[in-house]
Amino acid sequence: MRLNLGAASAARERVSAAKRNEWYWAWGMIAPTIIGLVVLNIVPIFQTMYMSFFKSGAFGKGNTFIGLENYRRLLADAQVLYATRNTLIYMVCVVLITTVLALLLAVALGGRIKGKGTYRTIYFIPMVATPAAVTLIWRWLYNYRFGLLNHMLSSLGITPVDWIDNPNAAMLSIAMVGIWSTVGYSMVLLIAGLQEIPRDYYEAAQIDGAKPVRQFLHITLPLVSPTLFFVLVTSVIAAMQVFDIVYMMIGVTSPSYDATVSLVYLFYNNSFKYSNKGYGSAIIMILLAMILLITAVQQRLQKKWVNYM
Amino acid sequence: MRQKESQRHRIRSLHIPMHAVLVAISVVMVFPFVWMLLTSLKTVTESTRMNPFSFFPQVSQWVNYATVWQQNNFFQLYLNTFAMVILRVVCALLFSAMAAYAFARLHFPGKGFFFGLVLVQMMVPTQVFVIPQYLMIDGMGLRNTVFALVFPGLVSAFGTFLLRQFFMGLPRELEESARLDGCNIGQTFVRVMLPLTHSGLTALAVFTALFAFKDLMWPLVVNTNTDAATLSSALSKIGSSYSVNYPNLMAASVLAVVPMLLLYMVFQRQFIEGIATSGGKL
Repeated sequence: MRLNLGAASAARERVSAAKRNEWYWAWGMIAPTIIGLVVLNIVPIFQTMYMSFFKSGAFGKGNTFIGLENYRRLLADAQVLYATRNTLIYMVCVVLITTVLALLLAVALGGRIKGKGTYRTIYFIPMVATPAAVTLIWRWLYNYRFGLLNHMLSSLGITPVDWIDNPNAAMLSIAMVGIWSTVGYSMVLLIAGLQEIPRDYYEAAQIDGAKPVRQFLHITLPLVSPTLFFVLVTSVIAAMQVFDIVYMMIGVTSPSYDATVSLVYLFYNNSFKYSNKGYGSAIIMILLAMILLITAVQQRLQKKWVNYM
Repeated sequence: MRQKESQRHRIRSLHIPMHAVLVAISVVMVFPFVWMLLTSLKTVTESTRMNPFSFFPQVSQWVNYATVWQQNNFFQLYLNTFAMVILRVVCALLFSAMAAYAFARLHFPGKGFFFGLVLVQMMVPTQVFVIPQYLMIDGMGLRNTVFALVFPGLVSAFGTFLLRQFFMGLPRELEESARLDGCNIGQTFVRVMLPLTHSGLTALAVFTALFAFKDLMWPLVVNTNTDAATLSSALSKIGSSYSVNYPNLMAASVLAVVPMLLLYMVFQRQFIEGIATSGGKL
């Protein structure tokens, strides 16, 4: 009896020693990532929130606590209003057109068409070019006097457009670059989603005499909806953070600035160009709030809309 | 049977207009790059002349590349960019794989809480971190260094999440037999599990390299000296200095685009599969 108890407690000790061993390994393995995340990301979230209650002087020195003053200023700042509006316009335009186009291309290339690999490779090319260079190329194509686009327009007898400095055209020009560079990315994700739909479904529909359009609406769309939903959400979040294209295309002195400045561009200008990191922090809080709201809405909608097999 | 034949025929005849559309889109995707290349080889006057005869450069002006290369110290820009990309990839793979394995397979106190931190990082837009990260680098006196470029990418929440999905998909029997053979947790991880996730590791490497290469705001903020810039951040300055000299500007763009484009040509499959799986696993 006593011997048995001794064996049991020894076994328990061994188990707990093995368990403890596993804990130490696990903590050791996650340590670099967790320490890095805390220092680089988690603490900075609170620092940025904290800083949004301060007015920072030049070179980050002489911070003075001003409470909610930055937020009061935000509400009265016309540029903040423009930036929020522009960001939303850009997001809606780019996400809608890119996703629809990407879905059509994915369906076209998902079938038995010849050369689909080549097409896919080509459509993805803009994705691997750095946006800084991409925007320079488009700035050249858009150039008012010497750009190829206006040259083509005038040879067709259409009056040239000031693609960049006309406030009514600039947002469109920027959105076109955004669409052009991301359509391949969404397409690749959607093709991967389409490949998971079992072939038999289409064969069965064909035997029943369903036309391609009906097949698309009743088989493809519902079954690709998880991927489609993922593409939509990630594109929305990425588009809300647009900076590179606007920054490279529109200078702060351009007449189109108010019509195109995005929240992140405004954040960059205030934080680093005008060195008011307090106000910059307050601006980026708007973006944080918007993105968290989108994420929350996404969590709820996902259950309703998406068909999982 | 005949009906099936005719249907196939109808589908095939649909292919011709479809090819026309697909080729047209291909032209739209590729032409801007072709135009960049053509412009980069012209003289300034030639680039502004608008007749069909000056579509191609009369004499290729390779000198544009030499000018741009020297004036902007492109050698240094390549070094900075490659160093940043390689170090970010190494850090992301190493630290994420370790953490991902622990989250996927080991049991330990605090697991839920720590994984929550990973999820929080993924939900918050990166710009929220920029000012504090800049102040840290500035405080350490490390602005205008390669370390500063790598700094935000030292660890990767996305990578941890992605690789965790891969580890969770592996059969448990392999690990159990490795443990019975006397491997400890570290050996099991390195010798048995890690080699089995190579597609996940490739996906993460492609993803990290691509986005590090394209990043503009961080290098712009933290490395303001032209000698410490990356290809992307240097282009923004070059863009304003060559305001009307489009051939030079396009030559600089070619130089900035070429490395990733070449990598893409060589590792096409890995790029596309990497992006597809990294999306599919989230």
